[in-house]
Amino acid sequence: MGPLSSRLFALESRRGWTVFMGLAAVLMAVVPVLNLAVPEDTWLHVPTFWVTTLGKFLCFAMLALALDLIWGYAGILSLGHGAFFGLGGYAMGMYLMRQIGERGVYGHPELPDFMVFLNWKELPWYWYGFDSFAFAVLMAMLVPGALAFVFGWLAFRSRITGVYFSIISQAMVFAMMLAFFRNEMGFGGNNGLTDFKDLLGFDLSASTTKVGLYVISALMLGLVYLLCRYVVTSKLGRVLIAVRDAESRVRFLGYSVTRAKLFVFTLSAVLAGIAGALYVPQVGIINPGEFTPAKSIEVAIWVAVGGRGTLFGAAAGAVAVNGAKSLLTGIAPEIWLFFLGALFILVTLLMPRGLVGVVRQWRERRAISKASHSDSHVSA
Amino acid sequence: MSLPDSSPSLPEPHHIAPETLLYLDGVSVSFDGFQALNSLSLIIDRGEMRAIIGPNGAGKTTMMDVVTGRTRPDQGEVLFADRIDLTALNETEIANLGIGRKFQKPTVFENLTVFENLSLALKADRRILTVLFSGISAEQTERIKQALETIRLTAQRDRAAGSLSHGQKQWLEIGMLLVQEPDLMLLDEPVAGMTDAETEQTVELLHEISSTHSLVVVEHDMNFVRDLDCRITVLDEGQVIAEGPMDAIQSDPRVIEVYLGR
Amino acid sequence: MIDRKSRDLSGNRTLGAAALGAALLFATAPVASEPSEADFHAALQALDTQKFQQKAQAIEHLGALDNPRILEVLESLAKGRLYVRKDGRIVIAERSGKKYLIQDAISGRPEPEAGKKELKKIKVNNRLRRLIRGVTGRLALFSDDPDRRVKAADNLIKNPNPQVLPLFRQARDRETDDAVRAKLEVGIAVLELEADDPALRLAATTTLAETSDPDIRSLLEHRLQTDAEPNLEIRDALHGAIETIDRKLWLFGIAENLLFGISLGSVLLLAAIGLAITFGVMGVINMAHGEMIMLGAYSAFMVQEIFRSVVPPELFGFYLLAALPVAFLMSASMGVLIERGVIRFLYGRPLETLLATWGISLILQQLVRSIFGANNREVANPEWISGAIEIAGGVTVTLNRLCIILFSLAVVAALAAFIRYSRFGLNMRAVTQNRSMAASMGIRTGQVDALTFALGSGIAGVAGMALSQISNVSPNLGQNFIVDSFMVVVFGGVGSLWGTIVGAFSLGIVNKFLEPVSGAILGKIVVLVFIILFIQMRPRGLFALKGRAAGD
Repeated sequence: MGPLSSRLFALESRRGWTVFMGLAAVLMAVVPVLNLAVPEDTWLHVPTFWVTTLGKFLCFAMLALALDLIWGYAGILSLGHGAFFGLGGYAMGMYLMRQIGERGVYGHPELPDFMVFLNWKELPWYWYGFDSFAFAVLMAMLVPGALAFVFGWLAFRSRITGVYFSIISQAMVFAMMLAFFRNEMGFGGNNGLTDFKDLLGFDLSASTTKVGLYVISALMLGLVYLLCRYVVTSKLGRVLIAVRDAESRVRFLGYSVTRAKLFVFTLSAVLAGIAGALYVPQVGIINPGEFTPAKSIEVAIWVAVGGRGTLFGAAAGAVAVNGAKSLLTGIAPEIWLFFLGALFILVTLLMPRGLVGVVRQWRERRAISKASHSDSHVSA
Repeated sequence: MSLPDSSPSLPEPHHIAPETLLYLDGVSVSFDGFQALNSLSLIIDRGEMRAIIGPNGAGKTTMMDVVTGRTRPDQGEVLFADRIDLTALNETEIANLGIGRKFQKPTVFENLTVFENLSLALKADRRILTVLFSGISAEQTERIKQALETIRLTAQRDRAAGSLSHGQKQWLEIGMLLVQEPDLMLLDEPVAGMTDAETEQTVELLHEISSTHSLVVVEHDMNFVRDLDCRITVLDEGQVIAEGPMDAIQSDPRVIEVYLGR
Repeated sequence: MIDRKSRDLSGNRTLGAAALGAALLFATAPVASEPSEADFHAALQALDTQKFQQKAQAIEHLGALDNPRILEVLESLAKGRLYVRKDGRIVIAERSGKKYLIQDAISGRPEPEAGKKELKKIKVNNRLRRLIRGVTGRLALFSDDPDRRVKAADNLIKNPNPQVLPLFRQARDRETDDAVRAKLEVGIAVLELEADDPALRLAATTTLAETSDPDIRSLLEHRLQTDAEPNLEIRDALHGAIETIDRKLWLFGIAENLLFGISLGSVLLLAAIGLAITFGVMGVINMAHGEMIMLGAYSAFMVQEIFRSVVPPELFGFYLLAALPVAFLMSASMGVLIERGVIRFLYGRPLETLLATWGISLILQQLVRSIFGANNREVANPEWISGAIEIAGGVTVTLNRLCIILFSLAVVAALAAFIRYSRFGLNMRAVTQNRSMAASMGIRTGQVDALTFALGSGIAGVAGMALSQISNVSPNLGQNFIVDSFMVVVFGGVGSLWGTIVGAFSLGIVNKFLEPVSGAILGKIVVLVFIILFIQMRPRGLFALKGRAAGD
């Protein structure tokens, strides 16, 4: 495993690793300590609500990484990633639903409340197995992955690219939304799944559980980031960039563009599913609202704001935009949509490479001016 | 060998000579009523260098599209090596059989470095998971280094391909073909936009390559074709109108008519 | 309108039927008495009593008179709109704001409006309502208005009552209108189905086989199932009649689905046709296309409001004509703004265009929400497109839907002609086919881009105006259409007007045929999945443009 570990180490530059480790330490150690160990009345204390909100943002960051992997590197703009996020969330929600057991309003030992309400007599077959946490986690990855595989296989095989792919991926998530709104689907209709009690025996309303979920989100985000980094720094990553820039040329080099895209699209969907599965226990609800096309397209702007094709920028963009959303909707909800709309327009027009691009440009310019400075010294 | 307008007398597939590498027979392609290839027949032997010339719209690029799987012919046979039917395969499969192509407009991957461009083209296992997990071996690095020297881009090794000059991009693309190690190379106007000096160097380079590969070069530049000093096929309106060495071609009345008569 | 009234009449079938019978026991066939206003007046004033028994007598008395106004008076009474004025006269009053609009019960002439205190309502209970229903039903049968006679006959068919058979026979014999007589024949046949004479029963069965009413079908079915029909020959005839009706119902079902499908298709066509220009011709993905539709709908709303407050009411119906250019210009100018302000900087970067125009759509939605509020706004149908037409066998189409079908086709035709024959259309085609060539020939491509985009947007605005006639106007209006209109354009084939038309109508019809089988939402999902799969097979849509360009 020598080469693999050296490859892992080479995922980031020295400075990259420093930043990564520093962020990991702040997110995974400092924040929890400030919440749990610092007394509530001191200014240093981080309220649990903030921790959970941050945990939610980290899940969004994971979703943004998933989208950046395919959009930033392979040029596939999916406007349906909410479908994979939502499916992961539903898988976790089904487990949490089964955990409620007799504590539901109707006290049925097996059926969730909404099924009792709909007069269902027994659990539908597709709910079997979700009383097991391991099974639910597996499904949170497999179901989005399988959907992406089938959808992607159909699309990439017929060489549906660019905006056509975007449009049909939007139609896909729209169809999912319509489907999940139906009570007959057996996923709680428009109310979705909610009123969760506990996860693996931990009470979801307890502070420590919330902080625990947050730490797991941060850990998973780190792992997902490294995984994405591994993919994009591998030779496959270069194939993907080549596909993005000159798809047909890649075919003449003998690479199967369809398979490369399918692989990365499926992987991306699995990552989105994981993000959704971590998101649901923290917000306590999953409903078909996650499948609205508007939500999926919003993910694209998180990535664009941060800078696509940079991974780090996508994650940072997700946290920044969602932070702004919390802030602005708190002040005046109607302002948020103006702001978001303006963000879509201004970022695409003025900052096509996002915040990371702006920073890089600024750094390069400084480096060039420094270099030309020293050059003139040498020649003089 | 094969004469124009004599497709019926062409050898049946089972008569294909063992030295034949690429075999086109009666290939026709039309777009919206425009006949791009009209019962085209062509044979390239192993180790041969062949120049294909013809006026604009003669079907040179379409012929390459057919061979590389980009365009499906309406009719006709396209066979490669041991009678592999190319019309049933897609671009990727054909590339993996050992047919490399350089496009008319240089298409390199502009956001990747020169080295990365070459490493992508390098002959290696193309399966996705292998591509994901494999690194680059010392031997492969060595091959890329050699190619860099051949195409004179060693100094530009870590520059983004997008920042190269037009001629350098053309060479990079030829370099990519080299490391791909195909049995047959198709080059579409390799010297378009090059300076005279660059063109000369390219001629040298192609001679070097032709000692180990079969080559098909499409070009309009007559001087360049003369310098290649190889067998020439002249296309017009989707058909072969003449074939032979340069002297014979230059005195062929039909070629003169096509080139000068309009 | 028609529907609502007939439903009122048949509100409670069994009770209604009983009441009709009861009423007819008291009243004999209408007396050909002199139309006496004095009798009318006397009987009417008798209603002004507290005792329901006396009111009932007055109602029966009224029913026996022959005066065209009586029907309306009794119907008003049943609806609680009959009042006693301070001066003791009986009037029909309708509440309008704080005041009541008054008309004299006997003459029907309007009177000065009155406040609540000047009026006393004549109360009715359910027993009286039933009685009134019976009396009005009979009155209607002999009314001068053929529509009312048809309704009365319908009412009988729905609530068969053997006691009224003689009355119906009498009415049939007097009837001059063929359509009404046919109805009456059916009503009589329904009753004669239970006659003692087998010949009558057989004749009735034959008559009923001519109909296409599901109610009659179940009546026949019921007779068979309960073994009420002993005669074997008639039983066979009943079976045959049921089959005949089934066949007709099946055909009508198909016709109805087809009609609704065409109606939905025309809505899709309207929503997509602007997109066929901006996306199909220019290749610009405009995610704010739905908002162009929404702006058109709000333009119609604004013009309507202006007409309400400024223009005399009798001209109100013309507001739609005025809204047409307003909607077009509103959306078209917004289109120019978007194209010049944003899209032109993004040509050649379709994914960025998609995101930027999505941003525009968010802003426009929120803008409209801030100005007009988040609630639905109602845009009224002008008089001339209200109502419905019955085509056959209960297949009705509302006039506004019919107008939209015609309007959508007219818009496409006008657009196609414009692109084909106008100077601008020529420039537009030149620029989209070969930009640099067009530019070198002196066509100002920037201007053509802007105007083409304006054209597509303006048509979306016109579509919005039309859609305001059949759906609520809200800031989300556009969002409901965006996925659908993209599906239509992609399915039909990008860049082809024919494709858009065929795509819209086929999707509309398929949707409507799926609905009865799978339910509305599932039908929609099935259609979406179908399109997604279809695009895999023909990535360029139904009417693909062929050519060298199609290869890459």
